Amino acid sequence: MMNLPRLFGGRAASGRAASAPVARERLQILLSHERGLRGQPDLLELLRAEILAVVSRHVVLDPEKVVVRMERGNNVSTLEVDIEVPNAVEIMIAAAR
Amino acid sequence: MAKVLVVTSGKGGVGKTTSTAALGAALAQMGEKVVVVDFDVGLRNLDLVLGAERRVVFDLINVVQGVAKLSQALIRDKRLENLWLLPASQTRDKDALTDEGVSSIIADLRTRFDWIICDSPAGIERGAMLAMRYADEAVIVTNPEVSSVRDSDRIIGMLDSKTVKAEKGEQVEKHVLVARYDRARAARGEMLSIEDILEILATPLLGIIPESQDVLRASNVGSPVTLNDATSAPARAYIDAARRLKGETVAMMVPVERKGLMDRLLGRRAA
Repeated sequence: MMNLPRLFGGRAASGRAASAPVARERLQILLSHERGLRGQPDLLELLRAEILAVVSRHVVLDPEKVVVRMERGNNVSTLEVDIEVPNAVEIMIAAAR
Repeated sequence: MAKVLVVTSGKGGVGKTTSTAALGAALAQMGEKVVVVDFDVGLRNLDLVLGAERRVVFDLINVVQGVAKLSQALIRDKRLENLWLLPASQTRDKDALTDEGVSSIIADLRTRFDWIICDSPAGIERGAMLAMRYADEAVIVTNPEVSSVRDSDRIIGMLDSKTVKAEKGEQVEKHVLVARYDRARAARGEMLSIEDILEILATPLLGIIPESQDVLRASNVGSPVTLNDATSAPARAYIDAARRLKGETVAMMVPVERKGLMDRLLGRRAA
């Protein structure tokens, strides 16, 4: 009779809820995230290089002053691009060419 | 044609060395000429599990560095004439392993053996990378536990990208070997089931090795579990797995996940 709860509602013998489904769900969430990152560990570096290239077409930039940061939140992630542009003297507007 | 098989896992302590010894011995008993190679430089243990620890003179690093010939470093098993061991160095650093050295040793072993089974160290460092580098096939040893499954997933990703086969646009043939499986606990929902593991890893199953005292008993006396007591549950599971590696079709003894009413009522004691 002590085992009756197990016959209903998928409870483990101890009376606690079965933990394996929790393990499975946690793994599925974690691994889908980790697999997404795999093979592109330098995504940020790639973004940085391409942003630098685009902006450099119009503005003279110090490559060291282009910072790309990714922050992961629960619902949304933010991509922060911080570009330090030198003062007007050095700015070249493409249209001026 | 010779096959290079890596036994790997990422996580330590899941049963790589036990599985290497057991599968190697099982294949040798089937008439295949097998060499098991220990890549765990600095922490070798395959010699101990095989009961050959007192016969090691030269090792993998000695061969890589040209100090010894391959034939001098190979140790023939005393029980199985088809089984050989290439031990790792216990004193050297793992950095002594080089890609070129491993490449040439594997090429040489391919001319002498049917199976070259590489026992990978834990982790994803140089030793583990080199153990899988030249593999045609891989056995990923996984325990039904979250950290082991996660590490297996990572290793599968590396097999698909960092091996010579992957770089040539081919695939290393991968198999998951679930070890330390307790079917009663899985049936009670206390342990990831085989279905859970296969669904998450999306890799075919090579075998299910039950949690068993026979494994420790065999390693205590320095004998592969398949040789120590061929009728024990883990030995039978490894022998079936070895037959599948040879391409035979062997019915998978997947432990029953859903038990009958009486089994479930009595389930705790049946374990």
